[in-house]
Amino acid sequence: MSSKAFGNFVIRAYLVIFLLFMLLPLVVMGGAALNDSRMPSVYPWVGFTGQWFSDLWNDQVMWGAIRNTLIVAVCVVGISVPIGTAGAILLNSVKPNVRSFIYGFMVAPILTPGAVIGISTLLFWNNFHVSAGLHLSVLGQVSFIAAYVMLLVLARLQSFDPGLEEAALDLGANHGQVMRRILIPHLYPAIGAGALIAFFQSVENYNITLFTRGNSQTLTVYVGSKIRSGITPTINALALIFIVLTVIAAITYEILRRREQARQALIKIEDE
Amino acid sequence: MGELFRRYGYGLSITMVGLTAFWLLMLVVIPNLVLFEFSFKPYLPVVDLGGPKDVYSLKNYETFLNSPIHITIFWKTVLYSSLVTLTCLVLSYPLAYFLSKVCRPANAPTIFLLLLIPLWVSEILRSFAWFIILAFQGPLNALLLGLHVIHDPIRWLSGFNGVIIGLIYSYVLFMLFPIYNAISSLDTNQVEAAQDLGSSMWRTHWRVVIPHSKPGIASGCVMVFMLCAGSVIVPSTLASTNSRWFTEIIQQWMFEGLDWNTGAAYAFLLLVLCILFVSIVMRVLNVRLVDIAK
Repeated sequence: MSSKAFGNFVIRAYLVIFLLFMLLPLVVMGGAALNDSRMPSVYPWVGFTGQWFSDLWNDQVMWGAIRNTLIVAVCVVGISVPIGTAGAILLNSVKPNVRSFIYGFMVAPILTPGAVIGISTLLFWNNFHVSAGLHLSVLGQVSFIAAYVMLLVLARLQSFDPGLEEAALDLGANHGQVMRRILIPHLYPAIGAGALIAFFQSVENYNITLFTRGNSQTLTVYVGSKIRSGITPTINALALIFIVLTVIAAITYEILRRREQARQALIKIEDE
Repeated sequence: MGELFRRYGYGLSITMVGLTAFWLLMLVVIPNLVLFEFSFKPYLPVVDLGGPKDVYSLKNYETFLNSPIHITIFWKTVLYSSLVTLTCLVLSYPLAYFLSKVCRPANAPTIFLLLLIPLWVSEILRSFAWFIILAFQGPLNALLLGLHVIHDPIRWLSGFNGVIIGLIYSYVLFMLFPIYNAISSLDTNQVEAAQDLGSSMWRTHWRVVIPHSKPGIASGCVMVFMLCAGSVIVPSTLASTNSRWFTEIIQQWMFEGLDWNTGAAYAFLLLVLCILFVSIVMRVLNVRLVDIAK
């Protein structure tokens, strides 16, 4: 075996090990949802059960937490998408030195630990006698999630031709029409991706929510308190549902992607 | 600014400026200033607020400096976060290079999709998975005993073992993706030219690939370090009493002591730590903030 072939073998073996490292824990966690043992584990395997799913179904607190999580996520999307989009458009039309100054403040929340954002949000609104609650979780989450939206929209703006706006203005369109008919449609893919990322970032957020939530529960906080106090395999049942949904989404995406690829290849052949 | 008004008119421009100002002032800048101010005030009952005792002092920071335990925990958090960051870098770089330059381009998206599955399953469930795996009578010990690799089960969850494994698992992808993006933008001809001119594999990486991927490396290091040092979930799931994390002390002040002032001081220390780390990485790798946050 030549040294190059050997190197190739090593890196491929490493890739497989890395994939197993990333995916096997999910298999273990999902498997424990089906094991008839009080402590969540796959070893020793006691027997197959669906009990943890029915326990989960009957867990009223969890349903409340899921409802809160969804409310927060929808609010975060609703606030952070307009803010992030406005920030990106603004950034794109100011002078370079102002631009890098504002840019620094915009990306700072991404590089700030969630605990710090959570505590500073709590203290700031406390000054105005706004007490902790999910409304503060929304504001805390928006502060860094808006930055993700901003970065996505800003990247999309690079491929925008400002000449189109000029042309529309020259032809008598008003400013609202330019925005609605020309700029925003061009930004749709970025806005859509931004909304999706904002939603999932919000659902999975723990640190900011923990410090700002007051007495309300969100799903991550509820799962966190369950892990600390009484662990039961109902968490695994929840995890298995999450994993299955993610895998279904991933497979659907992959099938659509391959189909699109095949279609593109076909178009290419027909052109020739 | 004039450019903005000319393009979008006054109404729309003012709306956009207003939204951005709300974000940057009310959600980012002023809350952090309030945090800073709050950390210099004493913790007082409501009646004493605004009274003679309500003066600025360094007392909350002195609490930290006078507590050897908290200082030790702070340094251990720094040490183990740096260790995890370095490990993630070493684990990610070869993989990022392989995925962007060696493997067939058609396969890379499929592999990324597989890697994204744990990322979509939430962070808290990811560390819970390791809680199960690393349990004293859990599957990992059973496997290792079965393979005769070890003779006695290992207490993975005492000490920092569990936290380190959990942090690497949770955040390694935040290193892999930026480095992959950076290497992808390198023209493969440059790598081939170096090889044709007789450069060894190590030298090609050291002189061509790594310099080009510096922004990605910087971005990955900053993200992973910040996420580790600020992690709340992983230590609270996988740490034990002899391996506490700095964020756990902050939580203690906020929730158990109900002393928000000292909590603010400790949170501010964490913020300073992250700012320092960002500036060190920017200085050492000679990159700008624009390159890091993309």
